[in-house]
Amino acid sequence: MTQSLSIAVVDYEGGNLASAARAAARAAELSGIAATVSITNSPADVRAADRIILPGQGAFADCARGLESIPGLKDAILTATRSGTPFLGICVGMQLMAERGLEHGTTEGFGWIAGEIAPMDAPGLRMPQMGWNELNFSHPHPLTEGLGAAPHGYFVHSYALRNTKPETLIATTDYGGPVPAIVCNGNVAGTQFHVEKSQTVGLQILANFLAWTPETLCDV
Amino acid sequence: MLKLRVIPCLDVKNGRVVKGVNFVELRDAGDPVEQAALYDAAGADELTFLDITASHENRDTILDVVSRTAERIFLPLTVGGGVRTTDDMRRLLLAGADKCAMNSAAVSRPDLINEAAQKFGSQCVVVGVDARQTTDGKWEVYTHGGRTPTGRDVIDWCREVAERGAGEILLTSMDRDGTRSGFDLSLLKAATQAVRLPIVASGGVGELKHFVEGAEAGATGLLAASVFHFGQFTVSQVKTALAKAGLPVRPNPSPFQAKSRT
Repeated sequence: MTQSLSIAVVDYEGGNLASAARAAARAAELSGIAATVSITNSPADVRAADRIILPGQGAFADCARGLESIPGLKDAILTATRSGTPFLGICVGMQLMAERGLEHGTTEGFGWIAGEIAPMDAPGLRMPQMGWNELNFSHPHPLTEGLGAAPHGYFVHSYALRNTKPETLIATTDYGGPVPAIVCNGNVAGTQFHVEKSQTVGLQILANFLAWTPETLCDV
Repeated sequence: MLKLRVIPCLDVKNGRVVKGVNFVELRDAGDPVEQAALYDAAGADELTFLDITASHENRDTILDVVSRTAERIFLPLTVGGGVRTTDDMRRLLLAGADKCAMNSAAVSRPDLINEAAQKFGSQCVVVGVDARQTTDGKWEVYTHGGRTPTGRDVIDWCREVAERGAGEILLTSMDRDGTRSGFDLSLLKAATQAVRLPIVASGGVGELKHFVEGAEAGATGLLAASVFHFGQFTVSQVKTALAKAGLPVRPNPSPFQAKSRT
């Protein structure tokens, strides 16, 4: 009997959890992976999970506070990822992976990805960036295999990662200049766009995430 | 480059699609979920459900529709109609909506916009603005499906909802709605120049060139209902027309490729 892959979608009242959970379940189903998806705020569940997904919506500071308001949850994520559990942050969940966020004051992030989350400039363009934008790949990566020609992701944000290290950038998108779209450091990865709302492009990335065996650990 | 969004809108009443063509491939043409799945496959960039359920007892029917839609399609979904409180929003978001459009309730109590943005984030707060022209270059905000004048100036109201934390404006010309004579372009231009928020144009589409005109007037989302439901155009015909005019559209994504776990 195949062991079922346990996927923890972290619940800290910060995101569209049901959509992320449904998309992860659908990605598993489409790729024939037996998986159990749970929406959870239990540190024990997070430590025991085979995959951790951290969605996020709203402001960086509110999400960071929400995560820290649940005793042991942030520590559980740190412990699990240090031991090699693959992690995927979505939207503000991805932003939380940075060193700090500048939305509603300066707030510490996980610090896995160099740089800070700052307001986008994009002169002459609508704010927030809302809609489908093309992914431009900086590095080949197991998470971005099989996306086909000119893949697009669905973005909704007015803050973005800046001053990061080029080696952590898997893909960018163009909104008044390059904007980080997919980042990765070892076993922790994140997408600025909503994989759970990006049709087959998002499902493919999620399926790749479920099948992913990171070769290195996050070096922070 | 960010692409224009082509957004089919479905009018839903008591959990059923109000109008629409009986597409042969649908088992149940009255089921909004089936219609949504069809638009999803056809290359729609987002979907909007407008709940026009009148009776209070049947208000929860939209939650079931949203939840069944979110299980099947992985495309941004906006739900409007009858959103009066942050509790209404919470229920819709939990059911699987990504954005909620508020209209009359935001006009009668503008703080609702601030509260919703504070609670759920601006990204899911859409304010629907129904506009009727009063004089040249002036429009008045109407509520309750275009029946009730409010005395508010549309452009001032757009500025105010932006300041209060809305993430998007769904701007409907009540003069053009249902006429198929094209979007009110001077309204769109005035609104898109007044605020930096993305604006979805609605009301009046009848020909392919109307989508092009709406985009050129500054709208980044183009919403239409009847031209899609009655099969006058497909989403892909709209995108082709936009692309031919040199406007950015999203190509259909590649199909999912199953990969065995290694």
